[in-house]
Parts: sequence; C-alpha cells; structure tokens
Amino acid sequence: MDWGWLMSEPASTFGSKIDSIYYVILVITGVIFVLVEGALIVFLLKYRHREGRRAEYSHGHTKLEAVWTIIPFILVMAIAWMSMDVWLEAKIADGHAPADALPLRVTAKQFEWNVTYPGPDEKLDTPDDFVKRNQLHLPVGRAVRVDLASEDVIHSFFLPVFRVKQDAVPGMVIPVWFEATKAGEYPLGCAELCGLGHYRMRGSVTVHEAAAFDSWVAEEGSAPAAETPAPADTTGGGAEAAEAAAAPGHDHQQPSSEGEGRA
Amino acid sequence: MSTVPIEIGHPSVQHWAEPGHADHRSFLRKYIFSTDHKVIGCQFLIMSLTFLLIGGLLAMLIRWQLGWPGTAVPGGAILGDAKAPGGIILPEFYNSLVTMHGTIMIFFAIMPLLVGVFGNWLIPLHVGAADMAFPRLNMASFWTALPAGVIMLSSFFVTGGSAAAGWTAYAPLSASPELSGVYMGQKLWCLSLIVLGFSSLMGAVNYITTIVNMRAPGMKWMRLPLPIWALFITAILVLLAIPVLTGALILLLFDQTIGTTFFLPKDGGQPLMWQHLFWYFGHPEVYILILPAMGIASEVISNGSRKPIFGYKFMVYAIVAIAFLGWIVWGHHMFQSGMNPLLGGAFMTSTMIIAVPSAIKVFNWLGTIYRGDIHFHVPMLNALAFVAMFVIGGLSGVFMASTPVDIYIHDTYFIVAHIHYVLFGGSLFAIFAGIYFWYPKFFGRMLNPTLGKIHFALTFVFYNAVFFPMHNLGLDGMMRRIYDPNQYEYLAQYQPMNTFISVSALLLGASQLIFLFNFLWSLRGGKKAPANPWNSNSLEWTLPSPPPHGNFPTMPTVYRGPYEYSVPGREADYWPQSEPPGEPERKAAHREEVHA
Amino acid sequence: MRHSIEALAASLLVVALACGGGGEEADTGGDVAVDEEAGPAVSPDSAATITGVVNFTGTAPAGEPIDMSEEPTCAEQHTEPPMRMQVVAADGKLANVFVYVKEGLGDRRFPVSQEGVTIDQRGCEYHPHIIAIQTGQDLIVKNSDGILHNINTQPSVNQGFNVSQPVAMETTKTFTSPEVMIPVKCDVHGWMEAFIGVQDHPYMAVSGADGTFTLENLPPGTYTIEAWHELYGTQTQTVTVAAQGTGQVTFDYSSDMAGNPVPMGDPIDLHEHDGHVRVASAGR
Repeated sequence: MDWGWLMSEPASTFGSKIDSIYYVILVITGVIFVLVEGALIVFLLKYRHREGRRAEYSHGHTKLEAVWTIIPFILVMAIAWMSMDVWLEAKIADGHAPADALPLRVTAKQFEWNVTYPGPDEKLDTPDDFVKRNQLHLPVGRAVRVDLASEDVIHSFFLPVFRVKQDAVPGMVIPVWFEATKAGEYPLGCAELCGLGHYRMRGSVTVHEAAAFDSWVAEEGSAPAAETPAPADTTGGGAEAAEAAAAPGHDHQQPSSEGEGRA
Repeated sequence: MSTVPIEIGHPSVQHWAEPGHADHRSFLRKYIFSTDHKVIGCQFLIMSLTFLLIGGLLAMLIRWQLGWPGTAVPGGAILGDAKAPGGIILPEFYNSLVTMHGTIMIFFAIMPLLVGVFGNWLIPLHVGAADMAFPRLNMASFWTALPAGVIMLSSFFVTGGSAAAGWTAYAPLSASPELSGVYMGQKLWCLSLIVLGFSSLMGAVNYITTIVNMRAPGMKWMRLPLPIWALFITAILVLLAIPVLTGALILLLFDQTIGTTFFLPKDGGQPLMWQHLFWYFGHPEVYILILPAMGIASEVISNGSRKPIFGYKFMVYAIVAIAFLGWIVWGHHMFQSGMNPLLGGAFMTSTMIIAVPSAIKVFNWLGTIYRGDIHFHVPMLNALAFVAMFVIGGLSGVFMASTPVDIYIHDTYFIVAHIHYVLFGGSLFAIFAGIYFWYPKFFGRMLNPTLGKIHFALTFVFYNAVFFPMHNLGLDGMMRRIYDPNQYEYLAQYQPMNTFISVSALLLGASQLIFLFNFLWSLRGGKKAPANPWNSNSLEWTLPSPPPHGNFPTMPTVYRGPYEYSVPGREADYWPQSEPPGEPERKAAHREEVHA
Repeated sequence: MRHSIEALAASLLVVALACGGGGEEADTGGDVAVDEEAGPAVSPDSAATITGVVNFTGTAPAGEPIDMSEEPTCAEQHTEPPMRMQVVAADGKLANVFVYVKEGLGDRRFPVSQEGVTIDQRGCEYHPHIIAIQTGQDLIVKNSDGILHNINTQPSVNQGFNVSQPVAMETTKTFTSPEVMIPVKCDVHGWMEAFIGVQDHPYMAVSGADGTFTLENLPPGTYTIEAWHELYGTQTQTVTVAAQGTGQVTFDYSSDMAGNPVPMGDPIDLHEHDGHVRVASAGR
C-alpha cells in the first residue's frame, strides 16, 4: 500500500519554496514531537507506581516555565518570519502578479471551470478571446495571472502540483498568479464544498512548451465561433446564441456578463 | 473570605439539605424537571452521549463511502431513496453527512459534554456550593438544549434533507436553496443552533455567577481546581462568542427566508462577511472545546501522578492567554478565502503566538508526571492519551498557521486530521478520562476497570490508525468533503489507504460499544463506589457517592489548593482541601500571616 | 422507510421523548397523490384523433460542437462529433416541437398512465431531448453512463428537484402541476439540456423527425392546440373534431422566429394574440 508520505514534486516557481518551509516546520515539530512524546513515555515507565516510593512534592519551577515559554516563542516567530516572504510572493508578487504575466480569466460555476484565454493578442476582453471548459492550458516558464471569479457559490481553485489554492468568491475577482516550471499534464480540482457535484468539479492543466502553447492558441483562436461552449442558458439565451452563430466574427466569448462587470 | 463563620443568607446555605431529611420531591421534579445541578449534568450526559453515538454513526457512513465508494451500505436502503437508493449513498446525502457529523459532534456532543456535563457536575461541588447560582435557569438551559437537538435531528426527515453546506455553512451555498438543493434542512439547522445558543448563554451566566459568588470560605481563586478555572474562562468565551454566531445565523436565516442578501453578492451582500462572523465565533469555539478538556486532564494527571500540578499559576495564566489570543486569530481559517493577504500575514503571527501557551500546558503536564508516583487507572490512561494526542494536534496546527504551507494543505485531509487530533484525540480522550473519573461520584458505582482498559487500548490504537494517515492524504492533495476521491487520477492510487482508514474507523466505532456496555451495565452491576475512590483532594470526594440533594451537609471550609499530593510528613499521599490543618501546618500558616 | 428511520432515531433519543416533535417538519412536495377522481375513459365509439405536421422554412442554425474530451466515457460513445442542436429540421419539417391540447377539455379528468416516461442520460446527452408527461406519471430518470450526472429541473410552478446519480442507476420522480416547459440541465456537463412538458391530460406529443405528431383518443370537441419550440416559441391553432373524426393541424415555423422563446412557466394569454403566431418582440 502506498502510504503517500511525500508531497508531489512541485512544478511552480514558488512551489519548492513552500515545500522547503514545510520541511523546516516538519523538522522543528518532528524534533519537538520526539522529545515530548519520548519524555512522556520515559517518565511514565520510570515513575510508574512502585511500593514504598512517593512522588516528589513540588509545585513547579519558575525558571523552567520561562525557558519553555521563550523557546517556543522564538521558534514560532522564526517560522512566521520565514513564511512571510514566501506568502507575500505567492499571493501578491509585485502587485498581485509579475508585470509580464499572461492574463487568463477563470470563472467557476457549479460544477465547472470556464477558462477565458486572451488569444494571440494576450489581452482579455478583446475579440480574439476564447473559452475552454475545464481545460487550463499554460506555457512553461512564464507567469500567468488568473482573474478568479465565481458565478454562484464559493469554489476553490486548487492546483496541487503548483501549490496554488485560492477560493473563488462570487462578487469578487481575485487575482492568482503562478509560473509553471515543467511541461506536462496536471490536475485541477475544487477544494471548497460547492454542492453535490463538488467532488467532480475537476479540470485538466496542460503545460505546453512556449512554442507549442502559441500554436495551440493560434489553433483554438481561429476555430469557428461555435467552438466555444456557450454557458448553459436554458431560458432567454437562445436568441443571442443564434445571433452569435449567425454573425461571423462576432465577439461571443464572455463566459458570463457578471464576470466582465467585475473585472 | 478565608475562614469566616457561615452566615445565614449566604446563597449556598439556602439550599442545604439537612442530613437525614427525606427527599420528598416527585419523580418529575427529581429526575425530569430537576433543578439539581447533578441531575442536570446527568441529563446533559445522556443527551450528549446519544448525540455522540449519532454523530459517530454518521461518521461510519462517511467512511463507508470513502472506503468502498459507490457500493451499497449494508442495510443502507433503510435510509430511503432520497438519501441512499438501494443503500448507495448519494453525493448530496454525503454532503449532508459531513455537515451533520461536524455540527452534531461539535455542538451537540463535545460542547455539551464538556460544558454541560462537567460544568454542571463539577462547578458547585468544586467551589463548595449547594447548587448553581440560578438553579431554574440551569434547568431551562438543558430544556432549551434538548429541543435544539430535536430540531437538528428532525432536519434529516424533511424534503431536501438536512443541511449540506458543511458545518461552517459558507454562504452563498448555505443561503441559496436552489444552489444547494437543501430547503427546509438549512433553515432548521440555523434555528436549532440559535436555540442552542440561548441554552449556552444561560449556562454561561450561571457558571460565571456561581464561580464568582458562591465559592466556599477559603476557596481563593488560586485554590480553584483547574477544571473550574477552565470552565470559568470557557463560560466567558461562550458568553462573548455565542451572540456573534446567533446574530450571523439570524442574518443567514433572513437570507434564506425573507429575501435579504446579507451574504449574497447580488445587491451588495458579502459572502466573506459570513466567514468573518462565523470564525469570530468559531475560533473561540475551538477553545471552548479544548479548555475544559485541559482542565479535566490536569485534574486527572495530578491525581494519577500523586503529585501537585506543575506550575499551577502558569497553567491558569496559559488558560487566560489562550482565551485572549483566541479572539484575534480567527482569520487563519480564511487565508485562502480572498481576504487581503497582508491581513493573512498578521493573523499568521497571532496564530503562531497562541502555540506558546499551548506549549506551556504540555510542558507543565510533563513536569507533573516527572518524578511522580504514577497510577495507571483508567481515567489516567485517557488523560495521558489526551496529552500525547494534543501534542500531535498542536504541532500539526503550526503547519497550517504558516500561510504559505497552508496554501497547499488548506481544505485537504491535513485539516481533517488536525481537527480530529484536537477534538477527538484531545477533547474526547479528556471526556473519557472525566467520565471514568467522576462516574462513581454521580452514579454511585465504579465503571469496570478491565473493560475500561480494553476500551482505552482499542480506542487509542484504532483512533491513530484512522486519523494519522489522514495527514498523508492531505499532503497528497486529497481535498476534504469529497465524495469519491477516485474521480481524480492522482488520488485514486490512495484508495487502499482510504479503505484501511475506513476499516480502522469501523473498528474504532465498534470499540465504543464496550464503553456503552460498561456505562449501562455498571449503573446496576458496577462495584459500589466509595466516597473517594481515587484518593483525590477536591471537595466532592468528601461527600457520599452520589452526593445528596444540596450537596454539603455543612458549609465546607477550604484550607489549601486542590493538588496537595504526597505532602512530606503526611502519611496519606493526598490531603483533602477541606481537611482542617494539623498543628504543624497551623503554626506554619500563622507564621506566613505574620510575615504578610 | 421514512417512518422506520424516524422510529429508530426517536428510540435512540430516549430523553427526547418528553419533548418529542419540537422540530418543524415540512414536506414541500415530491410525493404526488394520483388523482383518484379521474373520469371514465373516453369511449372508443366517440374517440377522435388530431394529427398534424410542423413545417419549417429558412435555414436552421448550425449546431455547436461539444467538447467532450474531458469525459472519455461519453466521448467514446459518439462516433460523430457530438453537437448541441437547438433546431432539428430536415426537408422543411421541424422536429422536437412539443404539441399539446391547451384548451377545450373543460374540467374533465383523465386517468394517469401507469407506464412511466424515461429520460435517459447516455453519452452525456439526454434522450429524448423533449419529454411529454402527465401530472402524477412516473418520470424515470436513467443514468446509462455510470458517471456522475445530476438532473436539475428548474420549474416555475412545480416543486423542482436536483438529484444526483453517481453511478448507473434509475430515479423516479413525478410532477404535480401542468407546466410548459420545465428546463432540465446537468451541472456537471454544462451542455446537457432537455425540456419537460407537463399536462394533466394525456393529449400531447413531440413532433418526430418528419415533423408529424398525433393526438389520439380525444373526446369530440373544439380544442386549442399549442406548439412549443425551444428557439422559435409557441403557436396556437384551433381545431374541431367530431366523434371518431380526425382533425388536421399544421404549424408553420420559420428561422425568422428565433429569439422569441416563451419564458418558462409563464401563463400564456390566448386573447392577447389574434394570429396563431406569437408576435416576436423581445430580443430582436
């Protein structure tokens, strides 16, 4: 049986930094764990009840108290100090994402991830945008900035291999950034309970080599307009869909008008 | 307040039962609508153990689904087609299960066990009072908690099923029936917790008043047994935290019923506001669920080690520090929620600091057993397990407090492991310790120690087999609250581990039947309990088991702290708090007074 | 079933007995009492039939290809690339039009068919796309794919339901009130879409690939027949049939009518429109 003792190999720039903090904490807490539980077991064996021996009468030791107040304090402050930089890098970078990041928009809804790609011009909200459902395609070695939104309930955008997790909150657009360091196929999941299909709200992440990504964008961007999976509109949306299909070159790519409004 | 003669009109005098005075109360007044804190404690015990059983059964269903996904639960067809057609648990019912398991365990099992049971059992006896300050309010507290529980259970039977938005009820999922598919269930959930909140408030007011006003002569603050300190601080937390939850629940109920949008993004509502309000209550709640457990563990460990508690004052300060810091760390539940990351940094720092008083407590427990004379009676075994498991729960908390690491492990099984190490490994082991310790006092019979040891050993082993591997599942990226991890290729490989956990969980559940049997059988079949079976110091052990209505035949006077074990020069290794000092001690006390 | 669980829970909660029933129970629908006062079956001597055809002029919009690559179980069931088709028309005939007797049956009640209507989820598509069902009649929701589907109905009049089917299985549901139409969707596969038309009588049909439909076994009388199409909206016709007679109805749709779908569940005021074509106004 695979006990899964190790985390997956990280595949983003800050992923390995996060992991190294994890391992530092693991060592610190591991040592404390061994010392404390070890002392507990030794004491229990050594001081178990035996006839004729009495417990030592002692109410404590103030200096010891000071020691085991100060040492944990220093340790946790060190961990906090060490964590702060990586935290700010992962969540804020220079103003939410590196300046040259590729912009993407991910709009979550029950139970799918709609990814809006900026198309060849690398700008969102232009006519060459296109949308893919549950498919996140990225270039390797380049930062991407994801504007994360939700149409209905809170979802959580979880890319385990990239060490990325961010809740998608309706009414907010939350920027997320990361840079993939290895090409390949990776999972995307939802980490926040979002309803009955929560466990299956999954997508695939494909990290392409830079050139391959460009050609993928070119191919997808030039596909016929109807390629876009339209958002499921069951009531009044028929007209727009029909018009969009009829009008060549029509700008149809918004997954949701709300998403646009919030951006 | 030291050795003042008893005044007539002192609150604790009024209820004194005269020795030999027959108890003429009717059955209804004595056992059902009783104002006796001991009976109310037992009522809470029966109620919360029942809920513990129900919550445990829900956990078994959860583990069945995760261990053998998509297969029929044996006998599960009884649940009906809306929940488990042919015994196959539906995803929406699974969401109900995780929601109700969490809700029932936290609000109707652990919280009433710690606060309702031990608060009622211990406070008047430990401070030397005849009863609570407000006995009828105390009765009302139980009779409000019970309907709240009935409302919660009734939600299983309404169309759409019970609440399914998690025990944290994050809006908008919890506020939008059309998105969750839960209609009445979520409203009943809110209503139940609002009602339960009133019960908790009545209890808290009573506890605080009793502890402040009704301590027996000589029961100085620093002579209070640690469970009382813990319950006192807990009651303050309850008093301040519960109204926040109640307010938030009322707003949530409005969102569901009368079309307000406090937590819905349309018309300006804020989903994150729910989280802030919920966790502003929720984090103090975590300490409500652990502080009394720490108090019980301290009491039992000192008794089992035959040694004064190490650093009594520091233990008290640590409780106060935890309670204070508990108010400024709620944001650590929201690092990935979309809250400003800079705020996350601040919450990380405050959260890290709260590890310090927790560490102090652990080191003091170690200091207590060091050079002790350790008796491994069943309460002691459970209290030691509490310490050992709380260490793991505390240390795993450091990982999540570190914001960057939390990015990865937030909302994974790592947090599931953490909370169970704190609430099961921590609180529940302490509760078992407390029940084994005080059962003789309140039911007049000893629990069978052999069954107790078997129950402890099996629980300890299977508990760790269930929850320790969950850390690994979290590190492997398994999200919490997912119905079938096999839907993700990278998680499917851990199915054998999930099955292992489920088998262990079923065995863990089955082991509790030993406790249930022991509990019920010993009511009649157990050995008769002496007044002081554990040679313990606090006031209740001077009374017969069970103590009479009105508790103390004469107002006790307290001469010393509760942990005077193995005092040199005394033959017995314990020294009851109310035993008048002998000549040498009196001289010593006199000297102290002169110097002071 | 429900009672046995309730009894179990109640017996577990020993102390709760004194206070039993503190909770609020609400049954907001789901179970449907089959109308027992159904009138006598229509006599075979007098039964009339209405047949008809739905014509279509213009160009039907092309379907949208569906990217099912994420769901291999479904993708491999399609030999041709799956398409999302709002309009199925060929040779000037329009399929998937829901046709029903809207008025003219008076207060008559009709027995509910004991046979259920099946909606099958196969290859991540609903089969059929348009469903005609009576109030109280069983709707058998079938999952042939064996992967998670949720059938999320969004009615305006009836009590909606949203049930999941994580494995290959069947779920039975019913509707209580007439409603045209109830949209059905699957939130796991956003492209899946179907419509359910509910009537309290059996006189409804869905036009076939050749555009034809038949309403059989009608009592003689004068009827208002309505046709409903998801993209082109509704039309009504009036027809009178004698005992054992046959009435003919023809509906004419054209691609110009796109964008005039009837809002779901809205009552339709017949007197508002003189002609048989609902006036296109909104959305143009």
